[in-house]
Amino acid sequence: MSEILADHKTTDPGDGLAALEARRSTAESFGIPLAVLAELTHRCPLQCPYCSNPVELDRAGSELSTEEWKKVLSELAEIGVLQIHFSGGEPTARKDLVELVRHASDVGLYSNLITSAVLLTREKLSALADAGLCHVQISFQGNEPIVADRVAGLEQSHQKKLEAARWTREVDLPLTVNAVMHRQNLHQLSDIIQMAVDLDADRLEVANVQYYGWALKNRAALMPTLAQIEETSRIVEEAQTRLKGILAIDYVVPDYYALRPKKCMGGWGRQFFNISPAGKVLPCHAAESITGLQFESVRSNHSIAWIWQNSEAFNRYRGTAWMPEPCKSCEFREIDFGGCRCQAFALTGDAGNTDPACTLSPKHEEIFRQAECEAAADNNRFIYRNFAGGTLETGGDDGA
Amino acid sequence: MAGPRNISVSETSRPVLPRHAKLKFDETRQVWVILAPERVLAPDAIAVEVLKLCDGVRSVGAMVDELAAKYAAPREAIATDVVAMLQDLADKGFLTQAREKTS
Repeated sequence: MSEILADHKTTDPGDGLAALEARRSTAESFGIPLAVLAELTHRCPLQCPYCSNPVELDRAGSELSTEEWKKVLSELAEIGVLQIHFSGGEPTARKDLVELVRHASDVGLYSNLITSAVLLTREKLSALADAGLCHVQISFQGNEPIVADRVAGLEQSHQKKLEAARWTREVDLPLTVNAVMHRQNLHQLSDIIQMAVDLDADRLEVANVQYYGWALKNRAALMPTLAQIEETSRIVEEAQTRLKGILAIDYVVPDYYALRPKKCMGGWGRQFFNISPAGKVLPCHAAESITGLQFESVRSNHSIAWIWQNSEAFNRYRGTAWMPEPCKSCEFREIDFGGCRCQAFALTGDAGNTDPACTLSPKHEEIFRQAECEAAADNNRFIYRNFAGGTLETGGDDGA
Repeated sequence: MAGPRNISVSETSRPVLPRHAKLKFDETRQVWVILAPERVLAPDAIAVEVLKLCDGVRSVGAMVDELAAKYAAPREAIATDVVAMLQDLADKGFLTQAREKTS
């Protein structure tokens, strides 16, 4: 989700290709983003404890209708968006997904499906491919059912994902495997990499959990140890070299163990927005966790372009003018834009503070120690994500 | 299945953009772009010209002939440049080999 959009890859300009961002920087003009994330629904058969959806989920009754989504897709194409990522929740829980993909194709959008895959059938995939779907990304929770089904909170889910991944390749759609990693599955990383190769995926995202929303609730059960992170980096680097030309591997380092914060969403309101199931236009899919910000809706009288350019929520943390110290005078302020607003809010109570992932944040040391202690305590019980506000895992906590 | 990876480009190849890579003119920004999973790339004018010829029907040899005639340039020099460029695009996953058709 956020990981995949944070950085469009830069390519050696010597080959006649340049990453569009690099060539036409929208630095201060807030040009319309190239890609937009459409969260069609928050409904999902999985209950992953690190779900990137907000803790306050949108109910089915508040979701945009088929006609509303179609209008949004047309408007996005018209203002210059090139790619649409259909996500959720689980986007295939929407009965109108094929119709929406077809509409995206009709208006010229390149479409990507970000899915848990457990609801997919071969027929559904064929229909999506025929409707013009360009790419499928399937999330995996592990490389075998015991860990994977427990993390997903759904029996048989791993088996269904494997099946759907094979069908994806059979209908000639390119596949990205998204593996969300944390303390309780990092020991499977080598096997997950091999699984992605065996599934004939083009890309693998090794995405360490980002700790806000549901994942923050579950931080003690998910936080990796420093030793695990070091081992992970070693495994990823070795595999990247060995699998060059076979499998591209993107790696997202967990914030808490980084020295500099990530350039979250490429900077607030700079190159990304997403649309929530209920139609809110958001600077990031976790932005609604920041209380006190008002987000405009596609159901309002404003156009999407107006909301992007003029709404208070987008302008609040745009650029560098809003920054307090230590960001304000920091030489990296235009590189990371102060890190993640949602994380700053979750960990310091003020979204305007420096992201504690940064070593320059006064909170960094305390939070890093806390993470280390949680990782060492090894309390493995999950709080599963659901509409009821979360359910504590029952039974033993011997999953790892 | 998709075309083979790591294709080797020669004058007899008939390259084509794979389904997940789309060449299109971006009206808003007035540039040609290649749309690919998680990426938007801006090919330069020469790459665009060559990519437009990659229809899975033309051979690289035929493409070189066309370009040599159009630019009144030595065929050999064009061939070297075009094969190198196409190989590079293929290595990055933006070109595949057209599948054999049973006509």
